[in-house]
Amino acid sequence: MTYRGWAEIAIVAVIIGLMIKPLGTYIFHVFEGEHTFLDPILGPVERFIFRFLSIDKDKEYKWTGYILRMIALDFAIIFFAYLIFRLQGHLPLNPAQAPGMRPDLAFNSAVSFGTNTNWQAYAGETQASNLSQMIVITTCMFTSVASGIVMAIAFMRGLSRRANPFLGNFYADFIRAILRILLPLALLFTLVLIPLGVPQTLKGPARVLTLEGEQQEIARGPVATLEAIKHIGNNGGGFFNANSAHPYENPSPVSNIILILLMLLVPASMIYVLGLYLQNRRQGWVIFAAIVLLFIIFAGLTMWFESRASPILEETGVDVTAGNMEGKETRYGVDDSALFGASTTSAATGSVNSSHDSYTPLGGMILIGCMMLNTVLGSSGAGLINILIYIIFTVFLAGLMVGRTPEFTGKKIESREVRLGVIALLIHPLCILGFTTLSLAIPSARNAILNSGPHGITEMAYAFTSATANNGSAFGGLAVSSAYFNVTTGVAMLIGRYAIFIPILAVAGSLAEKQILPESEGTFRTDTPLFAGLLIGIIIIIGALTFFPVLALGPLAEHFALFG
Amino acid sequence: MAGNEGKAEAGKLMDAALIKEAVINSFKKLNPMNLIRNPVMFVVEIGAVITTYFFIRYAINGVEGGQGSVAFAALISLWLWFTVLFANFAEAVAEGRGRAQAETLRRTRVETTAKLLQDNGEIKMVSAGELRKGQVVVAEAGDVIPGDGEVIEGIASVDESAITGESAPVIRAAGGDFSSVTGGTMVLSDQIKIKISANPGESFLDKMISLVEGAQRQKTPNEIALSILLVAFTIIFLVVVFILSPLGGYLEARPDVTSLVALLVCLIPTTIGGLLSAIGIAGINRLTQYNVLAMSGRAVEAAGDINTLLLDKTGTITFGNRFANEFSPFEGHNEDEVGEVAMLSSFGDGTPEGQSILTLGKKLGIEVTKPENCVVVEFTAETRMSGLDCADNSYRKGAADAIAKYAVAAGHVLPSHYEESVQFIASQGSTPLAVARDGDIIGLVELKDVVKPGISERFERLRAMGIKTMMITGDNPFTAKTIAGEAGVDDFVAEAKPEDKMGLIRNEQGQGKLVAMTGDGTNDAPALAIADVGLAMNSGTQAAKEAGNMVDLDSDPAKLIEVVEIGKQLLITRGSLTTFSIANDVSKYFAIIPALFMAYIPGLASLNIMRLYSHHSAILSAVIFNALIIIALVPLALKGVKYRPLGASAILRRNILIYGIGGLIAPFIGIKLIDMLLRLFHF
Repeated sequence: MTYRGWAEIAIVAVIIGLMIKPLGTYIFHVFEGEHTFLDPILGPVERFIFRFLSIDKDKEYKWTGYILRMIALDFAIIFFAYLIFRLQGHLPLNPAQAPGMRPDLAFNSAVSFGTNTNWQAYAGETQASNLSQMIVITTCMFTSVASGIVMAIAFMRGLSRRANPFLGNFYADFIRAILRILLPLALLFTLVLIPLGVPQTLKGPARVLTLEGEQQEIARGPVATLEAIKHIGNNGGGFFNANSAHPYENPSPVSNIILILLMLLVPASMIYVLGLYLQNRRQGWVIFAAIVLLFIIFAGLTMWFESRASPILEETGVDVTAGNMEGKETRYGVDDSALFGASTTSAATGSVNSSHDSYTPLGGMILIGCMMLNTVLGSSGAGLINILIYIIFTVFLAGLMVGRTPEFTGKKIESREVRLGVIALLIHPLCILGFTTLSLAIPSARNAILNSGPHGITEMAYAFTSATANNGSAFGGLAVSSAYFNVTTGVAMLIGRYAIFIPILAVAGSLAEKQILPESEGTFRTDTPLFAGLLIGIIIIIGALTFFPVLALGPLAEHFALFG
Repeated sequence: MAGNEGKAEAGKLMDAALIKEAVINSFKKLNPMNLIRNPVMFVVEIGAVITTYFFIRYAINGVEGGQGSVAFAALISLWLWFTVLFANFAEAVAEGRGRAQAETLRRTRVETTAKLLQDNGEIKMVSAGELRKGQVVVAEAGDVIPGDGEVIEGIASVDESAITGESAPVIRAAGGDFSSVTGGTMVLSDQIKIKISANPGESFLDKMISLVEGAQRQKTPNEIALSILLVAFTIIFLVVVFILSPLGGYLEARPDVTSLVALLVCLIPTTIGGLLSAIGIAGINRLTQYNVLAMSGRAVEAAGDINTLLLDKTGTITFGNRFANEFSPFEGHNEDEVGEVAMLSSFGDGTPEGQSILTLGKKLGIEVTKPENCVVVEFTAETRMSGLDCADNSYRKGAADAIAKYAVAAGHVLPSHYEESVQFIASQGSTPLAVARDGDIIGLVELKDVVKPGISERFERLRAMGIKTMMITGDNPFTAKTIAGEAGVDDFVAEAKPEDKMGLIRNEQGQGKLVAMTGDGTNDAPALAIADVGLAMNSGTQAAKEAGNMVDLDSDPAKLIEVVEIGKQLLITRGSLTTFSIANDVSKYFAIIPALFMAYIPGLASLNIMRLYSHHSAILSAVIFNALIIIALVPLALKGVKYRPLGASAILRRNILIYGIGGLIAPFIGIKLIDMLLRLFHF
């Protein structure tokens, strides 16, 4: 890796650090109904929507009521998306005559967008009609993010409320997330991206005469809008099949950095929001520091591993001074690609600007590792929830070690919280390991792997890790278009989202009912560097213990075979 | 002294008889029905059964390909059984020690005979073991009290040294706060009737023993929470190991079952899983060493979480016995005169108050020699005064009203302002004693509350633990403030009635705090019952002892501090060993994963960073280390990780360093050493 690589990581970390305070404060004010500078414009709109939909924003629900409404709405959207994908052949706005999707593909696609995963099993240009693209995909890019964000908000309310089991009004929170957070941010950054060369037009493809005298059609469209919300909401589904490697999606190293910042922005700000809810900004900063440190380490490692091409490539006489350029765009080079890769897997976005399949074994291992940990920022909302699961366990161990019943921000962590937290903690690795192994054991599924040996294990593990972590990025090298993969990855996406949300919101409900204990000398403080260090240690050790065998047989085995 | 005996026993952690019994019990505990209560060790036992099966199969049919070998299967099976046995042994030792301690305490009460008062008024001699709750027994001077009970008639002095180690006799009388007697103590004077309050097997000692013994032991809340976490780790590692076969199969690498079971056992948290119940039992045992009997494990745990400590002033912060502070003469007499008479009347008085009068006199330079041929007038509960009758003069000191009566009876008039002077001393929180010569009251002695030496250091220690101390006293605010300042408590409530304690506790609990208190009176019982930790004094009433969840046999209220420390120590030991257990896993992966797959995927040999000798030696070393570490940590589990009141961050930093970082590094060294040893045998 180069000094430029280091500098880029530093720039990203510093800019994110500068942005989380204003954005985090804004988000907090939105959800706590406090005054914001956008009130004059959005206030009347919000009031109109609430009145139109008969939403009483002051009517709050306990955790069960809150999550039921969230799941009902999410599943209604998924079902609606499924219908449109199935029936698109008979619906308008289908100039390319895309037929209705097969049930398994429609299921996979609907779940993928409904769960903020944006795994694209279909070929965008030929298999989805304009109606599907506009209504389903664009809608989900807002709604799935909003439901993730409000889950985190509900959890934080649970942490901060004093013997009050109510977590808020889901519908009001959901509408506020879209109207007051996602729409303004999307609009703002659309305007930033356009001058950088990202097209924003409703015209059809451009027809040009090439140098060879051939006619060529160049696809274009409202790319900037999509590109903005795709990254702000950690969605990741591209306008073009080439995703963020396409020059219209990500024209230059500058746009590359901006897209990276957009991916990290909301997840990082949510950590600051946590500090505000806990009335302890220092707490927010400490967790932010721990998570950003993890991000810096992983981004740095990816760059470092990618700086050396495989010896096999070296032996062919190819110039490898630029590092492992296989599968990377020359406009970005190794460092920018690696940073983007680490960001998209950390923040559960899933957009790609390089082929992850072509990374060095260890570089690829870091990318898959970021998704396995699922806590290096993570997606908007869901990421913070995953971080909080780890915080609960860190607090539990630390509390025991100082000789007190563990407590976090004055709330006792007792067997009910541990039991529910354990479920949330186990779901993610069990889902990944289970589906990966199942698919390697079933011959027809195993044959979908295009590479033999350890790399095949990595490819299979990546697919299910990406689905379970609701990331959506594809490693490649795996023919995933079969009904088997459509169904299994779809199920993994559902498990990775709702099987974690439900127990974790139950934890929030349980914590909300508890008293907040006063702090004393004997209380172990969670807003110190010591806690940050312990949190990092626990995340890495639990992650490593869980996934080490898979990583040993996949990327590590491949690495030692290649590099010796 | 019972207390010292207990501590002496703690010094040598295990003696031969105890170990022998524990070894036998560790085999008995292999019963799966018993072991299933501990899911982690249950999984190890199943693993041991599986490897033993493969060992037998290999031994009969020969090894069926792969990397198995008969000797390897035999050794792995053996060490897996050891792992279970070692964990059982830890639990058995802890139980055995608890039983031994209880036996020591119980020994006093076995061969006692009781004088049972029958309905027809006759007395029948029965064995103490036959007594039932509600029966009435008679105890006279020289009798050992046959069981716990309440005095319903009479007053007597009782020697409780068998239980408390305190040699000074105590007064036990019907009604009031001093009506409770304990089995095993001895009546020194007078006769009392006692209503037995517990059936055999229901006494505090029996309750304590049931907390220690396996069958009835209930898991405490925190133990349950931790068990859930351990089960979660076990599930994760079951899945991780289970998928290794199909994953490896994709690469044509199929590790043998024996090795996979070995990996599983190494990964699941056997260290903490094996020691968890021993830690809990040892916590209760440690309390017993301090002569505190816990009635529930939950209370021991709660002790570690205490936020507020409610302390009675008298007896806890200050000596219950007050010390002479000043001689104040009435008109016509001087200080030395009062001092002299007070000292003379105290020559036969062995109580701390009496001795303190002599000490004060000497300090003031009053020279008095004990006159010859005098008769000591002992203090009795009826006269409430004591003194000395000599040939020429008689000297008395005693309660102000008792002396007043005595003076009037002797034909003297009370000094002017007598009532006012007595009231004034009382209003200062001190106790006035009147002093009379030949029936003439010449002055008063002010007996003052003295703060126990070292008590402020103890409160300092509590503050460092994050515990707020609150003193409760019936004194006026002025006196209360003086004592509170001297003792260094954080807060005080003056002019409090015993009934006010309930309100105070509820108030603190309402803020989410955990409250501990000590008490001995019947009017303390409701407060003891709602306090999170209610430490009842053994000298207190039966009602108080039943309401509390701990009983202090020494009746030393300041012992709450030790109780809190033991509670914290319990949690710290659990947390530290859990951290250690999980940190250990990293090295085990590096030992076993390359060993499993090196033969098929040569590149993975690079992960063998310990450079272990062979596939078999690597796996066996990890399994042996895993088993031995349980035995090695038994003493720590029994003694507990040392608690220092350093503040939470310092403790955490220290324990992370020792058990976290240490837990990462230690097994790398241990496994390597065992491997070097195995290499000598070319294993």
